Amino acid sequence: MIFLTRRATFSASHYYWNEAWTAEENERVFGRCANRNGHGHNYTLEVTVAGEPDAVTGFVVDLKWLKDVMEREVLADFDHRHLNLEVQEFAEGRLNPTSENIAIVAWNRLEPVVDGAGGARLSCVRVYETPEIFAEYRGES
Amino acid sequence: MKAYFGRRVMLSASHRLHSEALSAEENRAAYGKCNNPYGHGHNYVVEVLVGGAVDPETGMVVNLAVLDEAIRKRVLERFDHMNLNVDPLFLKQAPTTENLCREVFGLLKDGLPAGELECVRMEETENNFFEYYGN
Repeated sequence: MIFLTRRATFSASHYYWNEAWTAEENERVFGRCANRNGHGHNYTLEVTVAGEPDAVTGFVVDLKWLKDVMEREVLADFDHRHLNLEVQEFAEGRLNPTSENIAIVAWNRLEPVVDGAGGARLSCVRVYETPEIFAEYRGES
Repeated sequence: MKAYFGRRVMLSASHRLHSEALSAEENRAAYGKCNNPYGHGHNYVVEVLVGGAVDPETGMVVNLAVLDEAIRKRVLERFDHMNLNVDPLFLKQAPTTENLCREVFGLLKDGLPAGELECVRMEETENNFFEYYGN
């Protein structure tokens, strides 16, 4: 089994807010991240797929194909967008756009395409919010 | 839904690799210039990986500010800008980065505000690092 990882970057804005809470509670729990005008990050998305190299090509997956899948399924919607306002999974307070949830949403978008291609399986999605802070999701319930 | 949250922090410390169980020649052979008598230092990067359920109210495995406070109290206050060799944890074992990695895991394991400690990764330089998963 070989694990192959492709990295990409996107820039987006967000804020943290739970509609069920008072403003004071949001500010106490989320601190500066609760500023409703939002703030932004240069995110790095790392997508790891696992599989056996193809007998003919030697590829686990074609890296160009994986790049296009990441672009189409995630970056096209996330890059230079406000996650709370413009990305369907997070919009209207449905889901707080934390790095954990961004990793889960990216997984949910990528898994049917990667696994559906019949070769490698999606193994891990890691999202760096800064070089020092990241979250990852491995498809566990 | 289980996810993982990772935090990287830097700590600067000095150490000297030396074992009382070895002769001067054996220490020199085992540790090379890391055995120089007056020690040397590194900017270590500690990467703490916490696994746990994503809280549906916050969207978080663990609150970063609270995790930072635990790392500061339990690890940075103890080791940052210190000489590792004089810490009680390294009186009976050499302060190699393997041992530092394992000791940091032990110091953090029961002190997390949420989730379970999955892994401590200790980077000694940009070119070498160690990971401990608690087993």
